[in-house]
Amino acid sequence: MKYKRMTSESVMRAVFFLTALVSVLAVLLISLFLLVNGLPALAKIGLFDFLLGREWSPSDAPPLFGILPMIAGSFYVTATALIVGAPVGLLAAVFLARVCPPRLYRVLKPGVNLLAGIPSVVYGYFGMAALVPHLGASILSAGILLGVMILPTVATIAESALRSVPEPYYEGALALGAGHYHSVFRVVVPAARSGILAAAVLGVGRAVGETMAVIMVAGNQPRLPHSIFQGVRTMTANIVIEMGYAAELHREALIATGVVLFVFILLINLCFSALNRSSR
Amino acid sequence: MKISFQKNNRKFSEIFLGALTWGAALLMCAVLIYIVGFIVWRGAPYLKPSLFSPVYNSVNVSLLPALVSTVYMTVFALALALPFGLGAAVYLAEYARRGRKVVRMIRLATETLAGIPSIIHGLFGMLFFVTYLGWGFSLLAGVFTLTVMILPLIMRASEEALLATPDSYREGAFALGAGKLRVVFRIVLPAAAPGVLAGVILAVGRIVGETAALIYTAGTVAQMPFAETGPPLVDVFSSVRTLSVHMYALTREGLHTNEGFATAATLLIVVIAVNAAAARLAGRVGRNGA
Amino acid sequence: MNVFDIAALNLWYGNFQALKEVSLAAADAEITALIGPSGCGKSTLLKTLNRMNDLIPGCRISGDARLRGQDIYTELPVNELRRRVGMVFQKPNPFPMSVYDNIAFGPRAHGIKSRLALDETVEKTLRAAAIWDEVKDRLRKSALGLSGGQQQRLCIARALAVTPEALLLDEPTSALDPISTGKIEELLLTLKKDYCIIIVTHNMQQATRISDKTAFFLLGEMIEYDHTKKIFSLPRDKRTEDYVTGRFG
Repeated sequence: MKYKRMTSESVMRAVFFLTALVSVLAVLLISLFLLVNGLPALAKIGLFDFLLGREWSPSDAPPLFGILPMIAGSFYVTATALIVGAPVGLLAAVFLARVCPPRLYRVLKPGVNLLAGIPSVVYGYFGMAALVPHLGASILSAGILLGVMILPTVATIAESALRSVPEPYYEGALALGAGHYHSVFRVVVPAARSGILAAAVLGVGRAVGETMAVIMVAGNQPRLPHSIFQGVRTMTANIVIEMGYAAELHREALIATGVVLFVFILLINLCFSALNRSSR
Repeated sequence: MKISFQKNNRKFSEIFLGALTWGAALLMCAVLIYIVGFIVWRGAPYLKPSLFSPVYNSVNVSLLPALVSTVYMTVFALALALPFGLGAAVYLAEYARRGRKVVRMIRLATETLAGIPSIIHGLFGMLFFVTYLGWGFSLLAGVFTLTVMILPLIMRASEEALLATPDSYREGAFALGAGKLRVVFRIVLPAAAPGVLAGVILAVGRIVGETAALIYTAGTVAQMPFAETGPPLVDVFSSVRTLSVHMYALTREGLHTNEGFATAATLLIVVIAVNAAAARLAGRVGRNGA
Repeated sequence: MNVFDIAALNLWYGNFQALKEVSLAAADAEITALIGPSGCGKSTLLKTLNRMNDLIPGCRISGDARLRGQDIYTELPVNELRRRVGMVFQKPNPFPMSVYDNIAFGPRAHGIKSRLALDETVEKTLRAAAIWDEVKDRLRKSALGLSGGQQQRLCIARALAVTPEALLLDEPTSALDPISTGKIEELLLTLKKDYCIIIVTHNMQQATRISDKTAFFLLGEMIEYDHTKKIFSLPRDKRTEDYVTGRFG
């Protein structure tokens, strides 16, 4: 009896351990399958021609697979989103963490969560009907829409960073005669700066990886844009739009686009964890 | 003279900064209300009975098959992700020694998994489940892709809920000579249930809203997922589209924008309901934890 | 025969030595009080007796600790030891379940499934803990709805439900009001007939009111161990005298 109990304890311990390893396995499999399927294209096209090629025309003879326009597209759209979303997100975080009356908070916080929970396609529909008619299918439309989408992410992470600043910092500033907002912005916000930076970095990750909403408002032309009123295609859009009919090298080139995107995301996540760690 | 000038300046900056934060909060609220209002306003007039007819065709553009497929997809993905996510959370919260190399690796992997965008999950699903395992565009491939996607979400929510249960419960149970498993299953997990449930509900929201990960895994066929023997049995190898994919497909065709908005309104209402449920539960967790 | 026999016990948390060469014996039908300033090692000793220290990483032990002649660390399986040595904590810690399930948790953990046997145990132990009349109409309601004093008596009942031989109490009344404290002290005096009881307390009056023997601890050392009357009237050690007369420090 006793012996049986001991073994069931250790069997279950092993089972829990194995379930915990599933996420490690998943990350390994994802990396493996992306690399195995994407690297051959990189070899055939050439890393420089692929990353820095200015022409994406898969149906030309010979086909050209340069994804610089898409990298630029992701960059411009993300930068615009950050300019739109980060300042408002930070200010909203300050409001949530330091200004908001508790009663209002109970309404506002679920609102922020809802904003984060609205599906990309719904944002896409909104952008198509509310932004595109005025601003065109362009970097600006996509940037503004993405800015709204990363707003709750930035606000949530920055809020928790602001909340983890020890109360005496704020009280100390007040005791020196500084006003409420002055104390918050001059003392609390700088003390939380690495957490706030982490929030912005996570927002960047969201924006770079966002697909559906961007496809619906960005125009999707694979070209290097000259102004923010022109349409662009992001890396994510490139994959979704062409994967349906691509074959052979074209298909591999799309998967390789995914690999490049994956590497960008890993770098961004690395920055995020590093910043997050230093803020603790 | 100089002092009073500084005072005015300071007063001004207080007002200015206050206006800025209140303004940002108001702007955020306005945007939320505008988006929700806009979608409902555009979509509600087109919520007609024909939109809910059991068979899809290009005239009625029924969303019912997509809705049914979404429900099945959600249930299956949760049935897979919950045991694994919960098991992993139990390991991390109850068994793992902090600082061990494996534990650090698991945390790093989970963080990474959580940060991977859905399009990459979709690509992986297509390469692994659809092609490598030969499942084709199918409900099953979609379910597995979603499982990988929501796993870190469920893990994190469950682990937080487990860590929030007071140690005094564990101490009390151990002091009675209970084994570790009994303590985990009879004391800690029941106490953590509301938090786990809140995580599950968030995962539901994520699944219902997902598009990019499903287009090239579950495919885009607008049909009920049922097997030939009829409902409720499901053919897991049939290709289906969820509500979100359905909406995307409608924009591609460009003919049914109004019905698309009606579908968007439906989806949005589902998401709002899901969020409200999660918020209520989270509120209860907060009270219990105190 | 003694219930507990402890000889030359040393205990370290990492590099910090929390117990130094402690030797002590506790017998049936006796209440032993452990007193001393905070951090003196008295709670640590208590947790050693049912191996709750196992839960703390970096904890090492040397020396001899026996329950009725059997070595606590080598001869007894830990869950069996904890069944035979019940423990009650400083803060009442009922599980977030019904009163009934709280009491039945222990017996169930040790393999008792019969409803009849469980019903009987629940009533018997709740009566023994002098709380039956207060909760008999709400056995199926959450234990978290009880008052602090009731919760603590419930926890005592819960510990009794696995038929232990000894009861360890870690400042069981420090979180309670005077009336609840009185009830618990009264309860302990009744329970004394059947159990070996060891109680950690900060309250000198409590020690004199209920204990038969008292051990005084200082910085991990057991300074003096004797009949309670002796300790509080004619202590041998100057430090004990200083502490019990409140001149310490």
